Amino acid sequence: MSSGMTMSEKILARHSQRKEVRTGDLVECDISAAVVLEIDFSLFPWPRKVWDPDRVWLVADHAIPAPTITVANDLVRLRQFARKAGIKNLIDVGRHGISHVTLSERGAILPGEILANDDSHTAAVGALNCAGRGMGALDMLYILCIGRTWFPVGPTVRFIVDGKMPPGVYARDIIHYVAGKYGAFPNHNVEWFGSAIQEMDMSGRFTIATMCAEISADFALFECDETTLNYLKKRPQHPFEPVAPDADAKYKATYHIDVSNLEPQIALPDSVPNNIKTISEVKGIKIDQAYIGSCANSRLEDIKVAAEIVRGHEIAPWVRFIITPGSQATYLEAVEAGYVATLVRGGAVVTNSTCGACFGGSMGLIGEGETCISAGTRNFKGRMGSLNSRIFLGSPAVVAASAIKGEIADPRDI
Amino acid sequence: MIRKLEGRTWKFGDNINTDLMIPSFALAEPEEKQPKYCFSANRPGWVDLVKPGDILVAGNNFGTGSSRPGAKVLKSLGIICLLAESINGLFLRNCVNYGLPALPCPGVFSSFNEGDIASVQLEEGKVVNLNSGRVLATTALPNMLLEILAAGGIVPLLEGKGLLDKAR
Repeated sequence: MSSGMTMSEKILARHSQRKEVRTGDLVECDISAAVVLEIDFSLFPWPRKVWDPDRVWLVADHAIPAPTITVANDLVRLRQFARKAGIKNLIDVGRHGISHVTLSERGAILPGEILANDDSHTAAVGALNCAGRGMGALDMLYILCIGRTWFPVGPTVRFIVDGKMPPGVYARDIIHYVAGKYGAFPNHNVEWFGSAIQEMDMSGRFTIATMCAEISADFALFECDETTLNYLKKRPQHPFEPVAPDADAKYKATYHIDVSNLEPQIALPDSVPNNIKTISEVKGIKIDQAYIGSCANSRLEDIKVAAEIVRGHEIAPWVRFIITPGSQATYLEAVEAGYVATLVRGGAVVTNSTCGACFGGSMGLIGEGETCISAGTRNFKGRMGSLNSRIFLGSPAVVAASAIKGEIADPRDI
Repeated sequence: MIRKLEGRTWKFGDNINTDLMIPSFALAEPEEKQPKYCFSANRPGWVDLVKPGDILVAGNNFGTGSSRPGAKVLKSLGIICLLAESINGLFLRNCVNYGLPALPCPGVFSSFNEGDIASVQLEEGKVVNLNSGRVLATTALPNMLLEILAAGGIVPLLEGKGLLDKAR
């Protein structure tokens, strides 16, 4: 007798027009929306005809405004392609944001849908009960031509997160804890439940879903609940149909986590899975740079936490503290709320929205022998600059506290 | 139909990420210069030793990380096949799309010493160590992916269907 399906399986079944899908299947799915980035335009030939121009979004996000002629030329091609293919959804400099971050804000993708976006952190949209995962530039080329793509159906594991979040501890600490304790989940889907998730705001859910890329997962899905619907209410939207797991859905494993006594969790340099320590084990390490940005932690709530910690303090004189909002919309909100003034007064730099420093792109690089505490997505060797630099990862609160102290610091001590 | 792949093996460990294949600083360089930086952080000098026809054997979670086309770099260095305990889902897509045969094969890491000759029958999911005679059977890739690989990747596949703009 067949058992029920997980959320990941239900979305894949719906979009492949099947009654059910099972671990080990390969399915071909239609795509609700597709994102092509400016960096792709040096990577592939153009399609003769785009399958559905209204479902395609062209986004400038990785290193903008253009820091080099190469990037400027990529942007020229992006705009040319928009005209040639008749694509109206062009997110260009000034109205921009990190691709799936700004699409989420615009209500362009919704629960139960599939977003194809060749950013490796697209699992982020799982916070909206929408299926997204890492894809490549050539995946996008195929989708631009045909409007469908293939997905292997991997096993699904679930995390049930309960307990009350202690002060100074955030969603970022939960996903770091999971990565430290359970390691990587390549080719698996991960789904998130429990009272701590139900009480978590969308910003925290986006953080966890984004960072599921660092445990090598495919899709990372959350249920659509009141919090999701309230988030969507404020945005333009089209009709949608969320998915929920069946009562008898088959999960390969279930992990229970109680956050009540969780401490801030720090990823040590070079990788995230199985490479996590608590703040008390690493605090005191001297830093040169502190960074809050990237699709993991660049939302208004993240900037607010940083501003509240920095208010009335000065950034340590030897530290560059860089904050990069995830979208220009978030930037404006942070300005209007006064957070930007607080941060700049303390000695921080608030930059325009871009992927930027997180991938060692347009600015905020670190040099030989330097150490950065980052709320960006990754800590791979050389990711943010020199191969002889170190990146520690922590929550925005840890990063802001560290910027003030000039060393990796516990936000609960400020 | 993909011919039987045979080549000398290079061994890499667990969690080999995309930024090791294309470091951030190399992204700013012209595409044809990027391969020379491959694995410069974890195995300096390797790009001068690898030869066309070689095969990679790796541990768990190979290719974790970004969308950047690491698979294309490996292919341009002459690697003809990737065998690993497990392969990151995005990286496997990039391998297939750029026409680099790749096969998750539990047990492969401990079955090879570096330099052993591997023989791979992709359609059967069969890997043989020609030095030791050890035979590994794994799940073959689904047919659709084998078809993309047989075409040489996504670009030749779409070109063959007349879907790409010839002007570019």
